[in-house]
Order: sequence, then C-alpha cells, then structure tokens
Amino acid sequence: MLELAIGIILGGCALGAGAAMIAGIGPGIGEGNAVAKACEAIGRQPECKGDVTTTMLMGCAVAETTGLYALVIAILLIFVAPGRFVDVLLNAVGK
Amino acid sequence: MKKCKVFLAVDILYLLLMSLGPLLAIMLKVLFTPQSDDINISGALVFFTIKLPISDLPVSETQVNSVVVIWSIFWLCKYITHGISVRGGLKRQVIAEWIVEKTKSLVNSNMGSYFSDFAPFVAAIMALSAFSSLLTLIGLFPPTSDINTTAGWAILVFFLITYYKFKCGPIHYLKSFGEPVPFLAPLNIISEFATPVSMAFRHYGNVLSGSVISVLVAVALKGLSGLIFGKLPGFLGSFPFLQIGIPAVLSVYFDIFSGLLQAFIFAMLTMLYISGGFPAEDYAIRKAKRAMKNNKNV
Repeated sequence: MLELAIGIILGGCALGAGAAMIAGIGPGIGEGNAVAKACEAIGRQPECKGDVTTTMLMGCAVAETTGLYALVIAILLIFVAPGRFVDVLLNAVGK
Repeated sequence: MKKCKVFLAVDILYLLLMSLGPLLAIMLKVLFTPQSDDINISGALVFFTIKLPISDLPVSETQVNSVVVIWSIFWLCKYITHGISVRGGLKRQVIAEWIVEKTKSLVNSNMGSYFSDFAPFVAAIMALSAFSSLLTLIGLFPPTSDINTTAGWAILVFFLITYYKFKCGPIHYLKSFGEPVPFLAPLNIISEFATPVSMAFRHYGNVLSGSVISVLVAVALKGLSGLIFGKLPGFLGSFPFLQIGIPAVLSVYFDIFSGLLQAFIFAMLTMLYISGGFPAEDYAIRKAKRAMKNNKNV
C-alpha cells in the first residue's frame, strides 16, 4: 500500500511538472510578437537597428519571466517536492 | 612606450593572481565532488559547515565561487589599468577607457544626469554577473545558478529603489501607493515586492535552465551513441562519439550568449527601476521650495 502511495506522489509530481511547463506557450507567443515587430521596425527604419535590437532583447527577457517561473516550479516539482512529500507521508504513517 | 622588466613582472604577477582563484576553486571541486556516473543535477556542493549560535552557516560552492569571481575581477582590473598614462599607448588602456565610457553613456542615457554616479555600481553588477555566468566555461558551478546570489543582488537593488523613493519624504512615499486610485494600494504593495522577486528568478532561472538542459542533452547523446556505436568492438563501443562537439553548440547559446544577456538585462533593469522609482519632478519642486524658504529666512 505504501509503495502505491509513493508511486502516486512521484507520478503526481511528474505530471505537475509537465503541466506547469504549459506556461511556455505564453512567452513563446509574446517573444515571437516582439521579434516580428522589431523586424518590421528595422525594415522601416534600418538606421535604428541597434536601438531596436537592444529594446527587443530587453522586452524578450522580461516576457520570458512567466515562462521561467513555470520552469522554476517544474524543477522544484521534479527535484525537491517528491522527497518532501514522501517525508510527509512517512511521518503521517508513522514510520 | 618601452616596457621594462619590472613592468612585465608586475603584469605577470597580476595575471597569475587572477588565475589563482579559479585554479583553487577547481582544486576544491575536484577534491570534494563525490564519484558517480549518474545524471548529476544538483545544487551547490557544501564544503563544510560553520557552527554558529543562531543557525549553522554552510560554506558552499556558491560562496567560494563568488569570492573567486570578485578576486579575479579585482586583479583583472588591476591588470587592465596597469601603466595607464595621459598620453596613452597601451592597448589595454583603450579597452579600459572603452569600458568606462560605454558604462557612463549607458547610465547617462538610461538614468539621467542625476544618477551619473551610478556608473561604477552598474558596471560592478554587470561584471560580477557576467563573469559568474561565464564560470561554467571552465567547469565550475556558476554562483548565479543559485537563487541566494541573485536574490541578494535583487534585495540590494530593492533597497536602492526604496531609498530613492524616500527622497521626497515618507508622506510622499506612502502617497505613491495610492497612485491612480487609493483602493489599488494592496496591488501596488504586491507589485513593489514582485520587483526583486522577478529580478532574482529571471536571472536564476535563465542560468539554471541552461545548465539543466546542457546536462540532459549530454546524457541523451551518451545514450544515443551507446545505442548506435555499441556494437563496435572494445574501446570504440563504450566511447561516446556523439558527445564530441554537439554540446558545445548549446554551450555557446546557454553559457555565453544567455549569461552575457542576463548580465546586461539585470544591470538594465536595475537602472530602469531605480531611475523610474525616483520622483524627479516632485523632488525638483521640493528642492526649489526649500531654497526659497532659506532665502526668505536669510
């Protein structure tokens, strides 16, 4: 029975990590939009290529933040959470 | 300018001292790393723990490598500025002047002339962050892939932001939370604390994701080459051919490009947040009023 419970914990953590990374869609769309607009701007005004590129990289990095939050949560779910949850379970069972 | 022997000797001394830190860090890492062939995605190694009355202080790879980076940057700066003169003549003087001028113009264009004293601070943060991330290139643990390092920098920046928001007095500071409409104050307070959190997590997540993906790709390539070349006899069968070169392409993006970009972005956000939090117009009005009062009293 205990093995089953631990298996459910591990599976739940893995599924949760996978589901958390759905958040990667958002930054992908956002950064794609930013780069597309930057390309348009450079096409219209090639002389301000440097400024546009710098601003675009800044914007990309800021847009990436939500994806990185998801990544941090996924990494925590894979590497940290299983041990903690199994400890909680074992304490609750009393072993 | 003719280089005499003493000059060259001091140069070599600086370079030796600069490379001494990373060498010591590599030696410590080699001595303390446990032997294992498994996938190894772990945090910083803890070298030893100092017993303190309140809580134990673990001395980990993060702290040691941070100090190593600071040490190396210090001697690099000594090397770059060694023998500079008004007339110039050395190549390294051109580099040093380029760095100083670029930082000054960056700070002036992003923060305005009131903050022109911030150039050394911004350059220090940028250099520390960039060299910390580049430490992966010599196989060491980058301090920036530990949340504690980046959180420390972000908290420092948070204090600076708050200090410059306090420039117009505490009442003005409290009023700024009810900015568009007063009932948004809780959201403003949350966003105030979200600034350092997002800065810390952004830098940490970028560096950490790079190292995690690099390790995963390296392990996958090892397995794949075992599958393809496993039938070859003897030594050739166990040699991971696919691990040659392919991880280096990823390393160029994750270690070099991403690390330098994150350093630039951290410095950029520092500048923007500090100068954005400073109420420049109100401060000017307040200063003018004070000056008028003083004139009346005189």
